Amino acid sequence: MIEVKGLRKSFAGKAIINGVDVELQPGMCNLIIGTSGSGKSVFTKCVVGLFEPDEGHVLYDGKDFTAMSQEEKKEVRKEIGMLFQGSALFSSMTVEENVIFPLDMFTDWPTRKKLDRVNEVLERVNLKGANKKFPAELSGGMMKRVGIARAIVLNPKYLFVDEPNSGLDPQTSGLIDHLIKEITDEYKITTVVVTHDMNSVMEIGDHIIYLYKGQKEWEGNNKEIIFSKNKLLNDFIFASEFLRDAKDMRMLEETGKIANDRNMAELTHDDAPTLVPPPDGKEESGEQDGMEK
Amino acid sequence: MKFFAELGRFLLMIKTMFSKPENWKMYWREFMHQCAEIGIGALGIVVIISVFMGAVSTVQTAYQLTSPLVPRYTIAQVVRDTVILEFAPTLVCIVLAGVIGSKIAGELGNMRVSEQIDALEIMGINTKAYLVAPKIFAALVVIPMLVVLAAGLGIWGGRLAGTATGIISGDDFDKGLLASFDPYNAFFCMVKAYVFAFIISSVPSFYGYYVQGGALEIGRSSTRSVVVSCIAILFADYLLSALLL
Repeated sequence: MIEVKGLRKSFAGKAIINGVDVELQPGMCNLIIGTSGSGKSVFTKCVVGLFEPDEGHVLYDGKDFTAMSQEEKKEVRKEIGMLFQGSALFSSMTVEENVIFPLDMFTDWPTRKKLDRVNEVLERVNLKGANKKFPAELSGGMMKRVGIARAIVLNPKYLFVDEPNSGLDPQTSGLIDHLIKEITDEYKITTVVVTHDMNSVMEIGDHIIYLYKGQKEWEGNNKEIIFSKNKLLNDFIFASEFLRDAKDMRMLEETGKIANDRNMAELTHDDAPTLVPPPDGKEESGEQDGMEK
Repeated sequence: MKFFAELGRFLLMIKTMFSKPENWKMYWREFMHQCAEIGIGALGIVVIISVFMGAVSTVQTAYQLTSPLVPRYTIAQVVRDTVILEFAPTLVCIVLAGVIGSKIAGELGNMRVSEQIDALEIMGINTKAYLVAPKIFAALVVIPMLVVLAAGLGIWGGRLAGTATGIISGDDFDKGLLASFDPYNAFFCMVKAYVFAFIISSVPSFYGYYVQGGALEIGRSSTRSVVVSCIAILFADYLLSALLL
């Protein structure tokens, strides 16, 4: 498990992350969501050690990552895989060379064994036969899949994924989401996905953390998020009229099912957030859900 | 103040690049790759510059030595010492600062902007050691070789131009080359080559590694790295001349 305690990070005096406490659950897809500039990426980069936090602690299985020496951090990082927003593939290397790179660097396996492992993970991400292609020859979705293959080739305990759907069409986005979910379940890894794609939230959000202005505003899962009465969260997830309508429809369809799932027979459509401001004009403060802050 | 902040950051980069490699074989492979990139990549321009540099030196020295009291082989002496002391190390390294420096800054800058450096960091690799150190060590090995080659080709180019234009005979040129040769000049040339090699590789690495932004910033950092490298080479050239000659 990854525990984040009191994390703070500022740039040029401006607080980007302002005291975040969170536990990223093992074996689950943990989604960090929020508007642009809410601090999602900075939070993730602090957790993986690309940024030094100003205050706070990040604990990997109880070990304080922020207090470790560079050498100790390197050992922890060998258990981390990460898919970057732009895939971050080495452009001068083929798909095979990209994926085999961590094996070359950190194992002394014979070449045959390394190639077998590369083929295994490429097959897992449905890229069998793409070994000799260069990143420039790949589509956006394929590049993401190569990035995932490279991230999991060393069997990491933790997988971080930054904006997996950026620049992808909805269909490909769905495939990537499912792939991330399948890999998380299959390899029993702790996955942390930074996204603001609502399809991802609903599809793979086992555990969701909503960040707002550098603070944790809401925490829950993809079943609870739809019923949240948090105004800020609702403003974010149902930003468009279409989604608001879709929400109403989905709630009508799913209220009963979710109520059963949660063993909360008392849950009714009345629990849904008020999308139309109340007659007196007062808006809900956004701090009503049970798991907030 | 900004200068000192950048200098401190530069020194920290150099310090942190010395760490135990995660895998010696991979680092060696990267080192050899950089040797080939720097050496073979710059070979053509070094050959062309060196030959013409020597040829022009011969013609211009002959133009200035008009007195009948000065023997013709003096032209070869002047060409030899000018090429060894100044042209081969300084001129060639200034050109290399442009050729190699922009390439290093561009490569690292692009890796930074496209998050490839972050990807390596996440894997647990010391990116300064893996990306910067091989470039600097490769430059320290290859650039002095290129300077020696440039000195040889420069003198040969001078002889070629001298004999082809009838300024000086081949025998006179050879006689001048051997007359009162001071091996210390060759030592001085090599000292300069090593110092300049460090500047040519480390300064662009610094600007490329720490670039922030996008394509425009990569271009700017590349240009800046070349300008700073050239100024640093000229400054070091003066300093070494004042100290060692």
